[in-house]
Amino acid sequence: MIVVEEKLPKHPDTRILERFDNAAGGKIHPVLDRVRAAALEDFKRVGIPAKKNERYRYTDVGKLLDRPFVPLLQPHHRNFNVEEIFRCDIPTLDTLAFTVLNGFFFEEQENLVELPGGVLAGGLRQALKQVPQLVEAYLDNLISTVNDGLEALTRAVATDGFFMYVPDGVVMDKPVQLVNLVKDDKDIMVQHRSLVILGKNAQAALLICDHALSEQKFISHGLTEVFTGENSAMEITKLQNEHNSMTDLSSLFIRQERNSRVRTNTISLHGGLIRNNLHVSLQGEGAENHAYGLFLMDRQQHVDNSVFIDHAAPHCFSNQLYKGVLDDEATGAFDGKILVRPHAQKTEAFQVNKNILLTDQAKMNTKPQLEIYADDVKCTHGATVGQLDEEALFYLRSRGIHEYEARMLLMYAFAHEVIREIKIDPLQDRIHELVDKRLRGELPRCHTCLVDYNK
Amino acid sequence: MEKDQDKILKNVTENEYKYGFVSDIEMDSLPKGLNEEVIRQIWKLKQEPEWMLDFRLKAYRQWQKMEMPQWPHLQIPEIDYQDIIYYAAPKKKEGPASLDEVDPELIDTFNKLGIPLEEQERLAGVAVDAVIDSQSVKTTFQETLAELGIIFCSMSDAIRDYPDLVKKYLGSVVPYSDNYFAALNSAVFGDGSFAYIPKGVRCPMELSTYFRINLADTGQFERTLIVAEEDSYVSYLEGCTAPMRDENQLHAAIVEIIVMDDAEVKYSTVQNWYPGNKEGKGGIYNFVTKRGICKGNNSKLSWTQVETGSAITWKYPSTILKGDNAIAEFYSVALTNNYQQADTGTKMIHIGKNTRSTIVSKGISAGNSNNSYRGLVKVMKKAENARNYSQCDSLLIGDQCGAHTFPYLEVDNKSAVVEHEATTSKIGEDQIFYCNQRGISTEDAIGMIVNGYAREVLNQLPMEFAVEAQKLLQISLEGSVG
Amino acid sequence: MLTIKDLHAEIDGKDILKGINLEVHPGEVHAIMGPNGSGKSTLASAIVGRDYVAITQGQILYFREDLTALSPEERALKGIFLSFQYPVEIPGVSMVNFLRAAVNEQRKYKGEGPMSPSDFLKLMREKKKLVGIDSALTNRSVNEGFSGGEKKKNEIFQMAMLEPKLAILDETDSGLDIDALRTVANGVNALKKPDNATIVITHYQRLLNYIVPDYVHVLYKGKIIKSGGKELAYDLEEKGYDWLKEEYENSLNGSL
Repeated sequence: MIVVEEKLPKHPDTRILERFDNAAGGKIHPVLDRVRAAALEDFKRVGIPAKKNERYRYTDVGKLLDRPFVPLLQPHHRNFNVEEIFRCDIPTLDTLAFTVLNGFFFEEQENLVELPGGVLAGGLRQALKQVPQLVEAYLDNLISTVNDGLEALTRAVATDGFFMYVPDGVVMDKPVQLVNLVKDDKDIMVQHRSLVILGKNAQAALLICDHALSEQKFISHGLTEVFTGENSAMEITKLQNEHNSMTDLSSLFIRQERNSRVRTNTISLHGGLIRNNLHVSLQGEGAENHAYGLFLMDRQQHVDNSVFIDHAAPHCFSNQLYKGVLDDEATGAFDGKILVRPHAQKTEAFQVNKNILLTDQAKMNTKPQLEIYADDVKCTHGATVGQLDEEALFYLRSRGIHEYEARMLLMYAFAHEVIREIKIDPLQDRIHELVDKRLRGELPRCHTCLVDYNK
Repeated sequence: MEKDQDKILKNVTENEYKYGFVSDIEMDSLPKGLNEEVIRQIWKLKQEPEWMLDFRLKAYRQWQKMEMPQWPHLQIPEIDYQDIIYYAAPKKKEGPASLDEVDPELIDTFNKLGIPLEEQERLAGVAVDAVIDSQSVKTTFQETLAELGIIFCSMSDAIRDYPDLVKKYLGSVVPYSDNYFAALNSAVFGDGSFAYIPKGVRCPMELSTYFRINLADTGQFERTLIVAEEDSYVSYLEGCTAPMRDENQLHAAIVEIIVMDDAEVKYSTVQNWYPGNKEGKGGIYNFVTKRGICKGNNSKLSWTQVETGSAITWKYPSTILKGDNAIAEFYSVALTNNYQQADTGTKMIHIGKNTRSTIVSKGISAGNSNNSYRGLVKVMKKAENARNYSQCDSLLIGDQCGAHTFPYLEVDNKSAVVEHEATTSKIGEDQIFYCNQRGISTEDAIGMIVNGYAREVLNQLPMEFAVEAQKLLQISLEGSVG
Repeated sequence: MLTIKDLHAEIDGKDILKGINLEVHPGEVHAIMGPNGSGKSTLASAIVGRDYVAITQGQILYFREDLTALSPEERALKGIFLSFQYPVEIPGVSMVNFLRAAVNEQRKYKGEGPMSPSDFLKLMREKKKLVGIDSALTNRSVNEGFSGGEKKKNEIFQMAMLEPKLAILDETDSGLDIDALRTVANGVNALKKPDNATIVITHYQRLLNYIVPDYVHVLYKGKIIKSGGKELAYDLEEKGYDWLKEEYENSLNGSL
């Protein structure tokens, strides 16, 4: 049996390290520092993803990092209250909110918050201080297996982020909300990494909101590792509603044990350049993963979703549904791969990517892939690029609905298939509303938040 | 039940490659190795005009600057390009104009392959150009075709007799700089076929080239050029075999097709190069660049391929749909068994308005093989109302093989409708059982099921080839199922 | 209310309608019959304004206003309703949202405010009963996963909701079993009023046992070659279309 390895360029360009002062963020904690040192070696081996790298075929990361940004290796901006500059406005949504500001956990107290059932939540540095063994057991376990230069760089540089631990059997009643904020008067690049550990039979929901609070050309890269224990359930919703000079890179790694169920929803409404890597590893039999994505882009925005579902155990199920609407000169990319490893028999894996182009300047590239090494499997994938269904449009008009409204109704219906998969009702309602406004062009960036640009 | 099946299947006939014999033909060949001097010698031996030397040398210099492509889903062992013979041809007197002058051993070889060179014995309606190693040995029915103004001859003859036509089109669809293997081919190609269908002519018979690698350590680098003028039609077939050897041999061909206004070309391949033995030793590396251009309005190019041979296949018959209303089709069955590897598919480049393309790919993986579909559908900005539909199915036989699908859809025009669908499934045990229950052996049942699965593609082949291809699929699967 | 004068229309450059004349008054039921390919559906499409039907000559007047320049939704708001031969499935658009949008557009057109959700639901319940449509269906997306019969019932249900002045039923009987046919026909009959009119397009006479026409027109090769009362439909049922085709071809030859 030959599993063909991804081939990498022979001589990676690692000059960018000089700009990060060779990834020096100072010594933080031995557990983290070991991981960072290893990541630095990985980066030197791999380098920034070249254009020839199949996974980055449609997003030129090299060009992006050639820009004159300022790496932010130490926290600053501690002298204001987050509440004053930012408030997430989903009135009926009751969450436990945490904030990462410019890549560093925004501490309101010195220690991790302890919630009923022994749930711990807070900053990664806090966790390193309080529960170093726990962090050590999980940190970097997932990412280190992947040859991605962009991720290696952030692993080498990032020294803080969010941490959450849900012990066995604990069912959290409120969703946890992680708000990633960027605010500076310079074009900074921020990098952070988060760790979420879910015990056996535990249940949790995580809402991640990415926001930029000033209009500089920021680059943000957040890595999140999620470990879900046997029979656990997790719902992760990511909402990207930023401005046109924002570059939002994100990497989400999920490892699922036996009979665990994870659902991710990635909703991209605004952003200059968005690149989302989702890496799901189904390690235990009977694990189930649902990955949903919706992107609505206009002007010269660019969005690229790269999804990798690794079926490493038998009897697992995965389903991907990514839908996009591209207006003006927006460009979109979808790169999805299902890998079914040898012995992962009885796998069921599905993948669909559907896209609508609204103008001749908009562009969509899609690459749905299957790589299958087991025979008793059911795998299908499909991708389409097209327009709204003319038949349906006529049907609506023949019932007296105006063309504009009919188009809105159909676009909304197109998006609905993804939104309905968000299982937190107030959040689903809110996103429905946001998408409706977005489609009508009534949604400015960061509509949901109170933003004070003067601070 | 399953145990029995296993046993039956493991014990059935060994995978016999019936074309594995070697012919003892007197050959002229150059020593191993590649450098500018070798290229000059090929050029001299072939008595080509000056511009061909220029073409070859440019390609060679380009090739030296290039690297083997890394993106295919293949494990290609290091190839020593200095350990290959780049030119080998049957010894000849004065160009084999009549059959009497052809080495009897050669005629015998082609008889054994089922390709008799005596015209009266040929299936009526198929003209054959027979190519062995670097040399075309005989082209049949040339006179009959000439009456209609159709040129069908070896590439060497074409360069000598129709230099203007060749000069105009050679490298116009696949430039020598196109890719690593295209550059190599352009530098060293031996022979191949040339077909020219004049305006308004419907070619009354199938044109066919039969490629045979015979000599050990040789590479075959042939070149095919087909030009279909306005409102013409031709159906072209290609077949290939090679002896069984423990060493790998390299085959790097180029096919170029030009289709003008209202013309139609149908290109069919049954690829049966020696695939190596059951342990994966030996076999042909088949690295081929095939590309056509639907240059004229309302032109049509249809590729059909049945790929069962070769140790490694790297092949993407592609179409550039340049003319308005052009139509392109790609029908493929690719079967891999034992340790074979295939990375094959197509590219459809939509440039003209109202262009349509259809892709139907059926992959069958058995044994320890790996079989990938890789296809690009690109709709350019000006390609109003382009349509593409792709259906790529994979069938897995046994749990040691791999089946992969890598489609690329790049759409730059909002009026396009591009759809891709793919499924991967295992051969149906209930179907096999149903056949068993009706008294059909498992081996035959699998043959039937696979042929049924490939039906949509096989139907595209001309009759004689379809029957051949069906048999080939069955033979290639023998002893494969567990 | 509807006057069609010498209507010629083509699809993809192919002449389909070659001079149709038709006059429909309020309170009337017209049946348009004819063999397959005679242009029946094209005529319906021309009236409701499908853009692939190009009108090359003639006029369609509706209450003396030329329809040809109006968008499909304007025609719908003026009270023209088509029951589609093949209603399209619209995944993700719920029946309720769809119908509320349609009903409110109509109210807006008449200068009325939008209907309250509770009134709307009440109206839906009422009309559902009228056409005997299953409640479960209206909770789904428009036509999605409906059987052939359910789709046709859904068309009549929408007709009940929108109360058109001119309803065109395009092959509404095709694919219906006898019970469904009766339900659909009863629905249509229940909606009949002195000031509205119905055009029934059908290949068979079957539906006309339930929806009794005042006039029957036979369409052949893009022309109405015979008009008559409901007896004409019985003749066709008995003798088929061939005698009419023959008569028509002979008349053409005769005129040469």
